[in-house]
Amino acid sequence: MKANYIREIVMKVIFFIAACASVFAVILICVFLFANGIPAMGEIGIFKFLLGTEWRPSNDIYGILPMILGSIYVTAGAIVIGVPIALLTAIFLAYFCPKRLYRFCKSGINLMAGIPSVVYGFFGLVLMVPMIKSVFHIRSGATMLTASILLAIMVLPTIIGVTEASLQSVPKSYYEGALALGATHAQSVFFTMIPAAKSGIVTGVVLGIGRVIGETMAVIMVAGNQAVMPEGLLAGVRTMTANIVLEMGYASGLHREALIATGVVLFVFILIINLIVAALKKGAIQHGD
Amino acid sequence: MATNNKSTQPDMPANTITVNYKKSRFSKFLTGITWVAAVISMIVLVFLVAFILIQGVGNFSADLFAPQYTSDNGSLVPAFVNTIFMVVLSLIIAAPLGIFAAIFLVEYASSTNKFITVIRMTAETLSGIPSIVYGLFGMLFFSSTLHWGYSMLSGAFTMAIMILPLIMRTSEEALMAVPDSYREGSFGVGAGKLRTIFRIVLPSAVPGILSGVILGIGRVVGETAALMFTAGTVADYAGFMDSGRTLALHMYVLSNEGLHMDKAYATAVILMVLVLGINALSGLVAKKLTKGQ
Repeated sequence: MKANYIREIVMKVIFFIAACASVFAVILICVFLFANGIPAMGEIGIFKFLLGTEWRPSNDIYGILPMILGSIYVTAGAIVIGVPIALLTAIFLAYFCPKRLYRFCKSGINLMAGIPSVVYGFFGLVLMVPMIKSVFHIRSGATMLTASILLAIMVLPTIIGVTEASLQSVPKSYYEGALALGATHAQSVFFTMIPAAKSGIVTGVVLGIGRVIGETMAVIMVAGNQAVMPEGLLAGVRTMTANIVLEMGYASGLHREALIATGVVLFVFILIINLIVAALKKGAIQHGD
Repeated sequence: MATNNKSTQPDMPANTITVNYKKSRFSKFLTGITWVAAVISMIVLVFLVAFILIQGVGNFSADLFAPQYTSDNGSLVPAFVNTIFMVVLSLIIAAPLGIFAAIFLVEYASSTNKFITVIRMTAETLSGIPSIVYGLFGMLFFSSTLHWGYSMLSGAFTMAIMILPLIMRTSEEALMAVPDSYREGSFGVGAGKLRTIFRIVLPSAVPGILSGVILGIGRVVGETAALMFTAGTVADYAGFMDSGRTLALHMYVLSNEGLHMDKAYATAVILMVLVLGINALSGLVAKKLTKGQ
């Protein structure tokens, strides 16, 4: 009896420790990133680091504004291209899709979510880069536009998934009410169901932004990676993620710390986005939709 | 009387209204744009998969499957073996942690507990962190601080943290789906809490947990950025403390070097088919769960 009791207690403690692992992991990640990145920011000067427009490690000049802007522009581009298509596809899946097509479409979207980002990157590299080059007659097809289009494709499944789920969870009575008032099917969907699913849709888009801004391999392969201030849609850009991967392999000393500090900035961006998502979800629960 | 009259008349007016509203140009436009968007999404997908498949299969060669990698043959066999090794290692770490954590959350903790909210929040935070940040952390912690260097072990620990939230969430859902009557029945015949969990609850939750674990495998197989600075990129069979590249990393290096684009095409197919196959398997296992109930 006593042995049993002890075993119960021991296992309970083990389960508890396992449950603490994720808390522990988040704390470790924060501590190690910040402890290694913040000193570099201090040494370079926080404003010089964040707002400096030049990144020249060989001269000890570390300004990551080009990369921050690069990340923001590429993300904005991907969202501008991807969100309308993703939203309309989600609406299609939820309300307009013939039953026979639905399973095909749905598994297609799931398939898209499963393709590794390095495969997307490869697709962009061998197909989209040459295509953009020949369409716009530019020297290199690795541009901000290419990266935005590729990321828009990659973010489709995330946004479609969340949006469709939130559209499905809108009570059917809303739709019926709109129909009863004389609205057509399309009108009821667009003017009652979509506004009702607003918070879910916004959550999906914000989640998508998080995905895009953290995407690394695919961007490196198609964005050109010039560490200069972004010059336009048809010029190359370097994102924060690309900056880390491209130079971490050979960096040392302050250069290495500056790269880790780039990671810290990226991490802060992601944390802010996570907080927004959490707040949106909470809001959605309180409003009951 | 007037209304009565109308209803006795043939349904003409009502019909015209119906016809009108179906023909409303605006509604047609709205319906049309959703179709267009869906068709675009599908075309992109089909084109991408077909492109990778067709280009890749055409580039298959015997070199690709040579037992040893040399810079001439670009063989993927060592990378493939490393991938399996990496999957096994990271699952050994992440699966028990994730499943045990889920057991604690579902079977032991009361859902109003503040600490549970913290655990859920951190798990959600973890699942939103991009893989390059995991890579940085793994490099700083496992490779530098613990002096494991570029090794399969630091890669596997990094991967384990990355897939932990996924395994935790799916296991939690699977455990919650087990009806309470099972637990009550088990308690009723005198089994203790532990025995109930291991003999009754866990076995009925196996398909759900398994489908989560398989999804985790898919994530590890497709991962690149987090492994680059933890497991490194050496193209040879790796032991625990050796650097070794997995298939995804192998493919990135190939296409980055640009010397063996044909091999990169072929590796892309194998990688894609592998990950999609793993994901499909997870779906099948999950479906088995719903059928069983």
